[in-house]
Amino acid sequence: MDQAAQQIALTPKDFKSALKPVWCPGCGDFAVLNAITKALAFMGLPREEVALISGIGCSSRIAAYTSVYGFHGVHGRALALASGLKAARGDLTVLVAGGDGDGLSIGGNHFIHACRRNMDMTYIIMDNEVYGMTKGQASPTTAPDWADSKLTPHGTGIRPFQPAGLALTAGASFIARGFTGDPNGLAKILVAAIGHKGFSFVQALSPCPTFRPEQMLWKHHVKAFDQEISSNPVEAAQRIQADDGMSTGIIYQNERPVFRPGTGVDNGMGSIESEFTI
Amino acid sequence: MNSEHICDISLAITGSGGAGSITAGELLLSLAGKNSCFGMMRRSFGPQIRGGEAAALIRISHRAVECMNDSFDLLLALDWNNADRFAEEIALRPDSLIIADPAAGDIPEAFQELGVEIIEVPMKALAKDITAGRPNMVALGLLSHWLGFCSDEAGKLIDQVFGRKGEEVTGGSRAAFTAGFTEPLIVAAREARPRPERGDPGNRGTRWHFNGNQGCGLGAIRGGIRFAAAYPITPASDLLEWLSPRLEQLGGSLVQAEDELASINMVIGASFGGVPSMTATSGPGLALMTEAMGLAVASETPAVVVNVMRGGPSTGIPTKSEQVDLNMAVYGLHGDAPHLVLGALDHADCILTTEWAVRLAEALQTVAIVLTDQNLAQSTVLIPEPKYELPEIPARVIAQPTDGYQRYEITDSGVSPMAIPGTASSTYVADGLEHTESGKPSTAAADHLAQLEKRSRKIQSFDFGGHWADIRGVGQTAILTWGSSSAVAREAGARLRAAGHEVKVIALRLLLPASPEKLAGELENVSRILIVEQSHSKQFHHYLRAFYDFEADTRTLARPGPLPITPAEIVEKIENWS
Ligand SMILES: Cc1ncc(C[n+]2csc(CCOP(=O)(O)OP(=O)(O)O)c2C)c(N)n1
Ligand code: SF4
Repeated sequence: MDQAAQQIALTPKDFKSALKPVWCPGCGDFAVLNAITKALAFMGLPREEVALISGIGCSSRIAAYTSVYGFHGVHGRALALASGLKAARGDLTVLVAGGDGDGLSIGGNHFIHACRRNMDMTYIIMDNEVYGMTKGQASPTTAPDWADSKLTPHGTGIRPFQPAGLALTAGASFIARGFTGDPNGLAKILVAAIGHKGFSFVQALSPCPTFRPEQMLWKHHVKAFDQEISSNPVEAAQRIQADDGMSTGIIYQNERPVFRPGTGVDNGMGSIESEFTI
Repeated sequence: MNSEHICDISLAITGSGGAGSITAGELLLSLAGKNSCFGMMRRSFGPQIRGGEAAALIRISHRAVECMNDSFDLLLALDWNNADRFAEEIALRPDSLIIADPAAGDIPEAFQELGVEIIEVPMKALAKDITAGRPNMVALGLLSHWLGFCSDEAGKLIDQVFGRKGEEVTGGSRAAFTAGFTEPLIVAAREARPRPERGDPGNRGTRWHFNGNQGCGLGAIRGGIRFAAAYPITPASDLLEWLSPRLEQLGGSLVQAEDELASINMVIGASFGGVPSMTATSGPGLALMTEAMGLAVASETPAVVVNVMRGGPSTGIPTKSEQVDLNMAVYGLHGDAPHLVLGALDHADCILTTEWAVRLAEALQTVAIVLTDQNLAQSTVLIPEPKYELPEIPARVIAQPTDGYQRYEITDSGVSPMAIPGTASSTYVADGLEHTESGKPSTAAADHLAQLEKRSRKIQSFDFGGHWADIRGVGQTAILTWGSSSAVAREAGARLRAAGHEVKVIALRLLLPASPEKLAGELENVSRILIVEQSHSKQFHHYLRAFYDFEADTRTLARPGPLPITPAEIVEKIENWS
């Protein structure tokens, strides 16, 4: 089917499954789901050629709410699972989504290595600066003085990760930040991210009204970056460092060789068996 | 020379780093094949990362051998640097022989104590007189003469192996070989002893020459593996290194992952994509993989993990063998997680067992753990071509495009058709959360029970056929064993039979699911059972007690690594039963 025909055939709704999300009312994750389905519909991708891979957390439930192929794996390993899928099935469009705990704490090693490996896939961290699913503990993006968790009653006392900066140093070739208060803007970013050849990272600021009610004020702080997309990592680093973490838009994009293991050409067993004989 | 083992000689070549003991050993093993013999070789290294002392431990026989012998008939020392490190491993008898270079100094006490006969050959000095001559080639010549090997074959082999290095090296190696082969000291010593019998010319023909890691690799690709993810770990790394270029040749690929958590998840992802996939690791890596193996079970995604056991726990003795990850393989998964555990019994069996495991994992959409160990993985055998026939096993059941597709549909067999991404209208979400037939997350008791039973049924009701165990001999005494202890037990069985005992050797290849009825049938007339394993805590014994009933008088021969169990230990245990 050609692209135009697909666009008519599939609406964002067609990319949603029949399941009702378990998310709390007002959770930012609804908007991420909407943005993903909008982006996929806009791009006219056949559902069966897309796979959405996730880990564990409130946000990671997202895989089951779309109608593409999906895998709801274990906590922190979504990027690894997705990398195996993409390595074996380079023809698929692979999206990965999950929380800040999933991606930056338990899965932190996979995050930096996925950035470095630069496989052609899109990773969305739905960042609410908290562990939602386990009922409100600090995550690696939580401010050091946030003391509302019984687990860390004095706050963590540890400075948070800056996900975009981390992605940049680790080698991601596309870095953007979106906000669930602006689902259309997020959808546009996702279209660019999915279209990017290489590893694209999107940090979606996605409030958790249940455990971080103060995040409902984010809508007053979020603003658009006032600069163009940079292809210069030094410039992008400066922009990320100078920002308060609340500016949205595509920060950095720079095509570099995409990791594609193997050639896909089957040359047969050839001499493999005869290597064993003498 | 032990007259009992006249056609079966065990020898060790030791030397410091760079002395070439391993090269000499490898060439000697190759020559054995060209002289109608069979054999095997283990390499042993000191603790240095590179360049430390090394020993080639070789057994050469006129019949195919699958394990090392109890002791060594001959030790050739190129020098004595740190050689006492190998004293435990190279057990000599009073009638063994040492060939050593007098320039290398005093023979270490550990070797001298036995009063072993010593022939002093100035290997270094002989090599020095030859341009590009090396003492290890003199040693190869000495040993080839000792074994009655054909010098023409040796010359051809040297040309073949060193040809690339130019004429000087080849010529020097040939000349050094000849100097050893014709050395009067060795000729005279040989004359003074009974000659080993000549190999049966009927034994000529092609030999297979490989180590257990390569065997597993071959079995994997024969089974259809086309993707692997890898994190290096001794002694599994060479298996992964073997696979990498070969998977690529076959249109597949291997990805080096950031850790084992990643490698197993990559395997699951690739398999979800429809490509049969595997990884290989050793104890510590298997420990890291256990969570995701639970995911593969729950999501019913085929995955194969070859675990090459080494001394544990923790970093333990990474370069030596022990059969100690059985507990983890059988019980290590969380939740009720039915899966497959197989153990390769010998080198040839590494091929069969791994191919079988891949086919079973694909057919049953579950995890198959293949256990081998350092002993199998890193020793090389020279054996007749391994031939086997696996029962017909259905390929992975693939779902065709269907509306209302249910990924986890309850079926009689328990196996549900799997839709591969790309298949229209059958999109689904694979899930580690308990789910309904459609894959929708569910906490309902009925759904949990239905899915648990389905996942259990597909394995329990499957007909695994006759490959569950390898059984040799008949008798009221049974040796029950697994993994690399199997070849040792078989050799012990053969010796016991030769001494008039009736012994049955049962080596379990399929460990999970257990086959209690089949084993009970085999043990019907058995009154004595000896359980043999290389584990201090008797993991295999406890596994057997958990899954099988025994009426016979049951005893154990269980001890830890790093020294391999010997046939003699088993023979002694049976002979002194009372
Ligand atoms: C191995 C493991 N450890 C811990 C957990 C418990 N757990 C589930 S979700 C979660 C954190 C979720 O936080 P985040 O990834 O930020 O997602 P959110 O729920 O906020 O969307 C944790 C710790 C788990 N499922 N698995
Ligand atoms: S707990 Fe927070 S993150 Fe989780 S669903 Fe509720 S609002 Fe969303």
